[in-house]
Amino acid sequence: MDRAVIEGDPYRLIEGMAIAAYGIGASKAYVYLRAEYPLAIQRLKDAIEVAKTYGFVGNNILDSGFNLEIVIKKGAVAFVCGEETALIKSIEGKRGMPKPRPPYPAVSGLFDKPTIINNVESLANIPNIIREGAGWFNGVGTENSKGTKVFALSGNIANTGLVEVAMGTTLKEIIFEIGGGIPDGYKYKAVQIGGPSGGCIPESEIDIQIDYESLITVGAMMGSGGLVVMDENTCMVDVAKYFMGFIQSESCGKCIPCREGTRRMLEILERIASGKSNETELETLERFQSVLHMTDLATIIQDASLCGLGKSAPNPVLSTLRWFRHEYEEHIYERKCRAKVCKELLTFTIIEDKCTGCTLCAIQCPTDAILGSKKHPHYINFEKCIGCGTCLEVCNFDSINVE
Amino acid sequence: MNNNAINEVIEKYPSAKREYLIPMLQDVQEIQGFVSKDSVVMIGDHLKLPGAKIYGVATFYNQFRFNKPGQFHIQICRGTACHVKGSVNVLESIERALNIKVGQTSRDGLFSLEVVACLGACGLAPVISVNGEFYANVDNKKLFKILKNLRKEGGTK
Repeated sequence: MDRAVIEGDPYRLIEGMAIAAYGIGASKAYVYLRAEYPLAIQRLKDAIEVAKTYGFVGNNILDSGFNLEIVIKKGAVAFVCGEETALIKSIEGKRGMPKPRPPYPAVSGLFDKPTIINNVESLANIPNIIREGAGWFNGVGTENSKGTKVFALSGNIANTGLVEVAMGTTLKEIIFEIGGGIPDGYKYKAVQIGGPSGGCIPESEIDIQIDYESLITVGAMMGSGGLVVMDENTCMVDVAKYFMGFIQSESCGKCIPCREGTRRMLEILERIASGKSNETELETLERFQSVLHMTDLATIIQDASLCGLGKSAPNPVLSTLRWFRHEYEEHIYERKCRAKVCKELLTFTIIEDKCTGCTLCAIQCPTDAILGSKKHPHYINFEKCIGCGTCLEVCNFDSINVE
Repeated sequence: MNNNAINEVIEKYPSAKREYLIPMLQDVQEIQGFVSKDSVVMIGDHLKLPGAKIYGVATFYNQFRFNKPGQFHIQICRGTACHVKGSVNVLESIERALNIKVGQTSRDGLFSLEVVACLGACGLAPVISVNGEFYANVDNKKLFKILKNLRKEGGTK
């Protein structure tokens, strides 16, 4: 969303920054932007130059005697740099590791000077609010969450892209009316909101009105404003594992609960989704036991981490555990993945009646696990099969069965 | 590696302040495709920083590479939307097809593979990018076609 503002209307951000800087008496402003968005960087650069020639940025803005320099800082790709103190470190040319607060950045921030940090979306809203008045802005939204919010819709949904809705719009409206629902006739399973630190909202809570408070009641948060819709082909254990893997690799390593805790948590999740053959009784017991520890571990990570990344690190697990416990149980006890995602829990077989012996799957199989001669039904060797699903994808006769 | 190019980068930042370290590394990578040992030494001389500190910063951030990328640098998006749409399978297929792991360059110098957190094209998931060119809705079939074409292109050069 922030990228869309910078690419589409960078002057809104510049104006908002100038007003905010004037408000607090700052003479230098930084825009910290992801390096992966070269177009946004270029557009903002150009816009700042144009604003300078008109005297909206630079020395003695509009003869007010107020000076403001805007500097663009390209981030070097680190998730933790979304945390304000880590972001400051990154601008200073150091490793992006958060520091304890207080002192808060407003007292001692960038280069030990008082600093405030705001989101692009917030700053870009300022010009309109100043122009139209607070009443205009407050006219939309709910009692405690005012105005509108832009969401990035993606995943298993018909219409992907950015949507701006009034605070308090229901999730159902966003997904099924604006988003056009789930394509290919599949059923809705969950929506993941707020990025890796957010949570999942199941079908039973789909009538929820989206605002800051109500999202927290269902264990999610507004976060980045990303809405990833998941249909029944998505495995929630796999989603939790995916987020944990991401957070574990993005943890800066400063606090032990976050650095070690997320790693242990990922290991537990991997064990839940990992293979079934040759497991000894002791290993099975350990698998069960580790699951019991998971919620305890989550609380410790939340309580003992310094920054927002650590404090919210267990969210994906807690939220999927809260709403999709049955899927975890299926994985743990029945060793089944209903969404057919966790490969090690799947068995691939060839339906003899349907197989024409075209050999396509045997040629494509990366581990040569498929045996058979031309024009005769083929056979999958379980011991060699790694469950990659290539055969399923290349088969033209629907003859691969997955369980 | 061309040390003149590195010198040019360094000259762009005459006031040797620590805050220019990351921009300098970014500029070097843009020119060379990766952060070479020479460039770290030269930047260290300029900023009066030991190489260990510079590597400490550079390895912290995912952006910096320390191996020369291949002729075709493949970036695969592992964002949430791409994950939901099956980017794991694409990643595994690339690794198998090219016989390299993430962060490596193939022996013939043709391909290198990098995982990125998000390419910012979630509506087109799953996405891969080859030398900055995006390919949308990639599945195995599409992937093999892309790789085949790239191999052809690379062979003729």
